Amino acid sequence: MMLLCRSASFSSPARCISNEDQEPEYDTGDLDSDDGEEIFTGTSNKPFVSTPPETDPSSDIFSEEGSYTVQKHTAPKTNGVQSDEELDLFAEATVELTLTAPNSRGRKEIIGPTEPLSTTVNTHGKLHVANTSNKPSEEVEEEESGDTFELNIAVTNPEKMGDGMNAYMTYKVSTQTTLPAFRSKTFSVRRRFSDFLGLYEKLSVKYNLMGCIIPPPPQKSVVGMTKVKVGKEDPSSAEFVEKRRAALERYLQRVVSHPALLQDSDVQEFLEREELPRAVNTQALSGSGFLKMINKASDAVNKMTIKMNESDNWFESKLQEVENEEQLLRRLHASVDSLVNHRKELCSNTAMFAKSVAMLGSSEENSALSRALSQLAEVEDKLEQLHQEQAFSDFFTLTELLADYLRLLGAVRGCFEQRMKAWQRWQEAQSTLQKKREAEAKLLWSNKPDKLQQAKEDITEWEAKVGQCERDFERISSTLRKEVHRFEKEKCRDFKHHIVKYLESLLRSQHRLVKCWEAFLPEAKAIV
Amino acid sequence: MIKLIVQLSSPSLLRSVSVDLNNDSSLLIDIPDALCERDKVKFTVHTKTTLNSFQKPDFSVSRQHEDFIWLHDTLVETEEYAGLIIPPAPPKPDFESPREKMHKLGEGEATMTKEEYTKMKQELEAEYLAVFKKTVQVHEIFLQRLSSHPNLSKDRNFQIFLEYDQDLSVRRKNAKEMFGGFFKNMVKSADEVLISGIKDVDEFFEQEKTFLLDYFSKIKDSTAKAEKMTRSHKNVADDYIHISATLNSIAADDNTALKQHLEKFAELLEKLRKVEGRVASDQELKLTELLRYYMRDIQAAKDLLYRRARALADYENSNKALDKARLKSKDVAQAEENQKQCLLKFDKLSESGKKELTSFKGRRVVAFRKNLIEMAELEIKHAKQCVILHSTCIDLMDSSFIFAVVQVRGRR
Repeated sequence: MMLLCRSASFSSPARCISNEDQEPEYDTGDLDSDDGEEIFTGTSNKPFVSTPPETDPSSDIFSEEGSYTVQKHTAPKTNGVQSDEELDLFAEATVELTLTAPNSRGRKEIIGPTEPLSTTVNTHGKLHVANTSNKPSEEVEEEESGDTFELNIAVTNPEKMGDGMNAYMTYKVSTQTTLPAFRSKTFSVRRRFSDFLGLYEKLSVKYNLMGCIIPPPPQKSVVGMTKVKVGKEDPSSAEFVEKRRAALERYLQRVVSHPALLQDSDVQEFLEREELPRAVNTQALSGSGFLKMINKASDAVNKMTIKMNESDNWFESKLQEVENEEQLLRRLHASVDSLVNHRKELCSNTAMFAKSVAMLGSSEENSALSRALSQLAEVEDKLEQLHQEQAFSDFFTLTELLADYLRLLGAVRGCFEQRMKAWQRWQEAQSTLQKKREAEAKLLWSNKPDKLQQAKEDITEWEAKVGQCERDFERISSTLRKEVHRFEKEKCRDFKHHIVKYLESLLRSQHRLVKCWEAFLPEAKAIV
Repeated sequence: MIKLIVQLSSPSLLRSVSVDLNNDSSLLIDIPDALCERDKVKFTVHTKTTLNSFQKPDFSVSRQHEDFIWLHDTLVETEEYAGLIIPPAPPKPDFESPREKMHKLGEGEATMTKEEYTKMKQELEAEYLAVFKKTVQVHEIFLQRLSSHPNLSKDRNFQIFLEYDQDLSVRRKNAKEMFGGFFKNMVKSADEVLISGIKDVDEFFEQEKTFLLDYFSKIKDSTAKAEKMTRSHKNVADDYIHISATLNSIAADDNTALKQHLEKFAELLEKLRKVEGRVASDQELKLTELLRYYMRDIQAAKDLLYRRARALADYENSNKALDKARLKSKDVAQAEENQKQCLLKFDKLSESGKKELTSFKGRRVVAFRKNLIEMAELEIKHAKQCVILHSTCIDLMDSSFIFAVVQVRGRR
């Protein structure tokens, strides 16, 4: 797994280092038996694990209103399911990252070029980033002796600043961490939507060529924002703000769950710095704009003059898989969307019916029946609420998840395109080198010594370039492979988590339904 | 076109609306089966009787919807029954909704998987069948109410309807009569104005009038809202089909541990949609149908009030005519006779009307009670079933996790 490292003491631009020998190891060895116990007892009643107690009073930044995903934790029993290689246990909404940085070897280990890191995840979302070059026993040792770091993020408290068409929303981004890279353990900043887009832009510029899958930001929405700007205090604009807040939170959580991005100084700056320079050029990054960008890239690749000679079948079949999946997810998203809409309809129809029955009950002359009818109206009112909440759950648990993954799959596709472009550059460099060699040969024949020197220099230059391109290509290929693995694991975890969460919400609904009708039954029986 | 032959095994099971029927077995009527061809529904009306007025003790005839309407209208137009609440005519069989859906399904066939399409088609066929069952039931109830009414059961036209083994179309409304019917509807709306304006001397009828007018508009509204609500339920159930099918497609392609989760989830949704569908149709039968039926029944009760109001108007007119006759000293005897007749008619109407309306109250309350209880019980049953389905699914998802842990530990 490629690690892109930045630390406070280094100011050089990040370089991605390839190391052919070390394949990613999602090692089951990382998991202690201790952790296993924890899994079973599922003691995650609080959102985060109490590792070396960082229980500041300010840890309640995560209990503020609006932090939807954090607050709705229930049923700790619902843990994930296995993957083939390791225990895939989904994280709770807060992502906890643990970097093992054994003091003895110092920070060098983390930034060292020869130490790629792997990640594993356990119940409470601890990402153990351990050195894979070690044998399992050492790892265990490290874990026990090493510092474990956490990082939790929440996006809360949307606030409207300014007035009229220049108004904008800011969101409070709160971080709680034990990572030494940050100045303090708990801090928060206010950010606006364009800041998030700006972060994405910086990251994609840096990492796009590496084959890393960068989580795409939430979509821009002119309509939604205009309503908010204009100041309409209606439920739809509140819904829009909540939708956006949750999306921004998920976005940041995905960013920091990527080990390389967590180390990135731009990310850290985003989380920590009081005032960020205003991001420009965020126009291009609306939802449809993002997908258009990806599709443009793939069009360009299709128009490639040199057909890519795929040496590794894996990439071709994987890309096909991704494309198929995208199509199916799109269909699923549409169906779930329709479900949300129909449930909302059901909700409003139930409300109307409840009112109507109440009226009917009031004009009924038989008193027992009248009472029963007004009870029925109350039941239907409660049902309306139930449907409303269920629609909400449908939406946030399923629809938004699917929408996120549609964009993520687009990002994955983008990475494949990047790899093809890298191959193309390599081929072009090779053909240029070939031309230079031919030119040199011609010069040799025509015996022009002064130009010969130039030609030789050219050849050297292009040989180096070819070498560089080849290395780039190899590097991007192996990074991409690892990234795809990581992505798939995370996707697995994510989906499982959300499916179970959704099922639980359905279960809760039905329980309440039973109670409602059981309360009504005696009323109906009391009619004489 | 669709040809459905429905064998209805036990009519009493289908009876959603409680009708106060006496247990007199001298005249038993049921509709054991029906045939649906194109838009025409042909009902087989089966009669079993111990009465001598009929030629045979056990016989069946084939009738269409229009025949029922004819019977209803003839009863309404019979003077003798003016003081009775005539059971409301059954509504025309309406296959519009499932037909439209079938049409949409056909259009959208290309975008669905085969499995999805089959399920949707099944769902539609079930809906079609439900509409069909409902219309049979409604026609049956109409006849049964007639047969259990002391006066109406003896009606000559009713007997003809049950017995005449030829096509009744000869006796049905011809164009002239239809026009007459149209005129009648216009008169009826004038009646509404008539009775709502005038305050009745009789306390009982005044109260009834106020109550029925008010109640009618409320129940009409409730019926419409209940219909919308039920339709939304159905839509949600249908959505589960699509989601389940797509999940199955995704699971088929998936090679990770997610596969089994997706499959289980898809399976759950498939089961769920059946339950949701049942919830919707039970709600329709117990609630919406109840409201619909009593809306029509109240309309019939209102008709009784109109007839009485017209009789009163006639009586008052006859009084005026008598006074005029006395003034002119012409045709006095005739006018007196007329007045006497009108008074007689009016009194008879009022007396039987009072009886009918009182028993109607009781009938209505009983029906509401029965259906509300049954609906609540069904809702509870379905919700509990859902709870089981959900818990099982969640447990299944959890248990596979437990296996995983055991495996990992084993490895170490």
